[in-house]
Amino acid sequence: MSDNDILVEVRDLKVHFPIRRGVLFDRTVGHVKAVDGVDLSIPRGKTYGLVGESGCGKSTLGRALLQLTPPTSGEVKFDGVELTTLPAGKLRATRRRMQMIFQDPMSSLDPRQNVESILTEGLQAHGIGANRDDRRRIIGETLDAVGLPKWALSRYPHEFSGGQRQRIGIARALVLGPELIVADEPVSALDVSIQAQVVNLLDELQDSLGLTYLVIAHDLAVVRHISDVVGVMYLGALVEEAPSDRLYTEPLHPYTRALMSAVPVPDPDVEDRRERILLAGDLPSPANPPSGCRFHTRCPWAQPTRCADERPELRQIGASRVACHWAEQIAAGELRPHEVTAKVTRPEDEGEEPGVVSAPSEPGSYV
Amino acid sequence: MALLEVDDLSVTFARRGQRTVHAVDGVSFSVDTGEVVGLVGESGCGKSVTSLAIMGLLPKQPGLRVGGKAVFDGNDLLQLDDRSRRDIRGRDVAMIFQDPLSSLNPVIPIGLQVTEVLARHRGMKGEAAAKEAADLLDRVGIPDPRRRLKEYPHQLSGGMRQRALIAMAVACQPRLLIADEPTTALDVTIQAQILELLKDLVRDSGTALVMITHDLGVVAGMCDTINVLYAGRVVETATRRPLFRQPRHPYTEGLLGSVPRLDAGRGERLNPIPGSVRDLLPWPDGCAFAPRCARRVDACVGEPPELVLTHDARSYRCVNPVPVPGLTPEADARATAPTTTEPGAVPAQAEPADPPAVPGSGPAPREEETP
Amino acid sequence: MTITGGKKREKIDRLAELSAREDEQGVSLWKEAFRRLRRNPAAIVGVVILAIFVLVAVIGPFLVPYSPTDSIGIREGLVKSGQGIIPGASADHWLGFDHQGRDEFSRLVVGARQTLLVGVVSTLIGLAVGALIGGVAGAAAGLGGRWGRWIDTTLMRFIDMLLAMPSLLLAVSIAALLGASLTTVMIAVGVVSVPIFARLLRGSMIAQANSDYVLAATSLGVKKSKIALTHVVPNSIAPVIVQATLTLATAIIEAAALSFLGLGNPDSAIPEWGVMLADAQPYLGIRPGLAIYPALGIIITALGFTLLGEAMREALDPKLRK
Repeated sequence: MSDNDILVEVRDLKVHFPIRRGVLFDRTVGHVKAVDGVDLSIPRGKTYGLVGESGCGKSTLGRALLQLTPPTSGEVKFDGVELTTLPAGKLRATRRRMQMIFQDPMSSLDPRQNVESILTEGLQAHGIGANRDDRRRIIGETLDAVGLPKWALSRYPHEFSGGQRQRIGIARALVLGPELIVADEPVSALDVSIQAQVVNLLDELQDSLGLTYLVIAHDLAVVRHISDVVGVMYLGALVEEAPSDRLYTEPLHPYTRALMSAVPVPDPDVEDRRERILLAGDLPSPANPPSGCRFHTRCPWAQPTRCADERPELRQIGASRVACHWAEQIAAGELRPHEVTAKVTRPEDEGEEPGVVSAPSEPGSYV
Repeated sequence: MALLEVDDLSVTFARRGQRTVHAVDGVSFSVDTGEVVGLVGESGCGKSVTSLAIMGLLPKQPGLRVGGKAVFDGNDLLQLDDRSRRDIRGRDVAMIFQDPLSSLNPVIPIGLQVTEVLARHRGMKGEAAAKEAADLLDRVGIPDPRRRLKEYPHQLSGGMRQRALIAMAVACQPRLLIADEPTTALDVTIQAQILELLKDLVRDSGTALVMITHDLGVVAGMCDTINVLYAGRVVETATRRPLFRQPRHPYTEGLLGSVPRLDAGRGERLNPIPGSVRDLLPWPDGCAFAPRCARRVDACVGEPPELVLTHDARSYRCVNPVPVPGLTPEADARATAPTTTEPGAVPAQAEPADPPAVPGSGPAPREEETP
Repeated sequence: MTITGGKKREKIDRLAELSAREDEQGVSLWKEAFRRLRRNPAAIVGVVILAIFVLVAVIGPFLVPYSPTDSIGIREGLVKSGQGIIPGASADHWLGFDHQGRDEFSRLVVGARQTLLVGVVSTLIGLAVGALIGGVAGAAAGLGGRWGRWIDTTLMRFIDMLLAMPSLLLAVSIAALLGASLTTVMIAVGVVSVPIFARLLRGSMIAQANSDYVLAATSLGVKKSKIALTHVVPNSIAPVIVQATLTLATAIIEAAALSFLGLGNPDSAIPEWGVMLADAQPYLGIRPGLAIYPALGIIITALGFTLLGEAMREALDPKLRK
């Protein structure tokens, strides 16, 4: 694959949010390592799926990639241009080529703007379209593409159903003619039958417009359905990356295996046959991640050596990249899973914003 | 006799100057001892309202009318006075909610909340109650239960909170457990833990479980009998395998076709149901699903479809059901050439590949003008 | 979805027309809030009260039967307050006289204008200063960075200090500093409401700045200043407007209290409900009506503003939207 085919290249990306505390003046008492060293590249015209459980940093990664959350360190190359050092004005101009679709279509649309104004905003920001009529033509074409009727233009977001709102969100991204679309949980807020409509729409748009997607979702089935390559994240880092078929047929990382076995499949035969790998306990806090392999505290295959003190790098095994010291041995069946006792994890406040991450109530209470 | 027999349950909300909302419209199902029954449907189909109505937990407000019967162990739960209903609730019938954080009192330690249930229904006090509470937490897989008893809900993770809630629900060994989207707020690996826990509890104690969920996958792994709800009505009832293998109601078939499957290949197009519940125009009496249905025929308009019973404990409400392969040729013929209706009589906007229809005109449950 | 044929689209459009309500143009949030306001009986009552109040305040002084400053009762020998003779209602003087023999009804009507003036001006002072401080702090916090945080923290500590002082004490100190006058009362009452507006606007701006649609606008490549003006501010002002309506009620009460304490206009010749209340105090035993009339005026007006404010809060609450 030649370099030209890679649209997005991320190198060692880190996003650390400071935890601030203080009565009068805030001081930094620690960092939440939301994204802690991620490498990935997305070929042009393909879909990269990112899965993981809440708090694994997948959304932060998507935002950092678009420079909506400033990365702490690392590189993001978009079509050969380094984004992290780009001056603000140039970055804004580049935004035309990379757009985002949000999880909650209601909260991502300004309730005081009607659809026309929502769709015009981006065009005006980039000076697309010579005049109002020209812009209306572009907007009309976009509405057609996402399957919304013309009369939607004068209406407000609260007058639409969830599925239609998500179409408005997609239209807002599409109207600028982007090359990359980062879709953060694009269907998880929708009903099942509407999910399928939106997934199909995303598929169709990719076919007709040659879009490149980064799809972020917790739903493994959705990601597998629309992705060419899937990356699995755990506590701020990729633990496995593989072509989507291969990830399903041959999961190599213990966490991927557990995740795969946990997804309910609407087929009684599959459900009855399958053996669940139940993980013990909850996700550890990203403010205080475990040493060595971050998964070793919950891993049924954890070994006494290496796992607790040596952080595994992503290694190429076949077509996959895996961050596990014992991937080959586990795949060959040389290592057997064992019982893991659950440990208590203190909940962080939901969300990954720096302001809302609360420090533990009693220092050192993490087990 | 069934443990719980819900018969023609209906819930309507009437507000002055607004349209009457039929949130639940003649729902019937039954739950046998030790059986796991699923109520499946999308948002607004009335599945949660059904469970709240059975438990008598619907917020009291003017205009709320609950009709029909919900017979539990010989008593009609809907006719009981508040006091005896409270006695049954928690002791014989317990409920688990979607959001464990808001279902737990944030200012009272977990232990106290569990012992409260024990004191109320089993008359346990002091050390005995504390010991039982610790045993319960241990049983639902909360590590170090003695210490957890003194902690507050916010100190526990989402999965642990849901476990605590389950511990409270099973504290009195209820004969019926109603779980309303118990895993929707949780991550997949935690969801798997909780589902496994529920399965174990049901198997060990013989408790019957009503599982309310939108997730067909969850149902496929757990339930013996499944009721599919749409717009306040049960549209299909079947046991697990037949339902997934040969759905008869077009809505069930549509739902199954909409779900991306982990074991399917990349790029296979899904077959979504066109339109959405909210987009639809006010529909003349008849099958509520007809506007979105690809198998619509003339008979769909007018009367709501009768319940059709078939041999394998299955029933559905559809006049033109999905044919079973190898059945009478007429059925197949009818299926391939559905009669089209007069364009004026039926707004046929909901065909595949249609853009979504008019927004905000007719909310999901059937509505009618109040005179 | 371009497969949709023209014919089918025509059909859909026709259906859309059928289902469209009277609003072809789509209903903006403000329009919908107004519609819900109209359906709320509490709002109607509030509006009616306020309409009467404003009408009285604006045109009443031109229509009153007597001059509010003319001691007509003393001149005619009807009022001898020293001896405790203050006549009550009569056909000529609907509410009787006050202790200086002035027509009580005329004073009450003219006093409405003063009361409205004090309420509106002091609220405007509070709103303007508070919104300025809150807006700057909110914008600074939204922009972030070392400087932004510093500006925000400094302004908010100042506001916290204001908030920490009991409002009446603060108002009394300001009045004492500036000397007793109507302007003083307006400034004092205005300053008291500054922290409320500042905190409200800042909080709501920060909440908006963290919302998804601001992020969406950023990812569209819209400039920060434009985002602030087109998204953050318009979405933040609804609670401020509601608060302003509610503050009008408290401002009227507080202004009356300050006047009652003698910090208002020393020239009791110009009637003002609070001053009238204070003046009536010595004669409470003889003619309680002198206190009851202005008190009722204050209570009913404050109630009107409160009813309207609460109804607006309800109408604008996004959570209550269907």
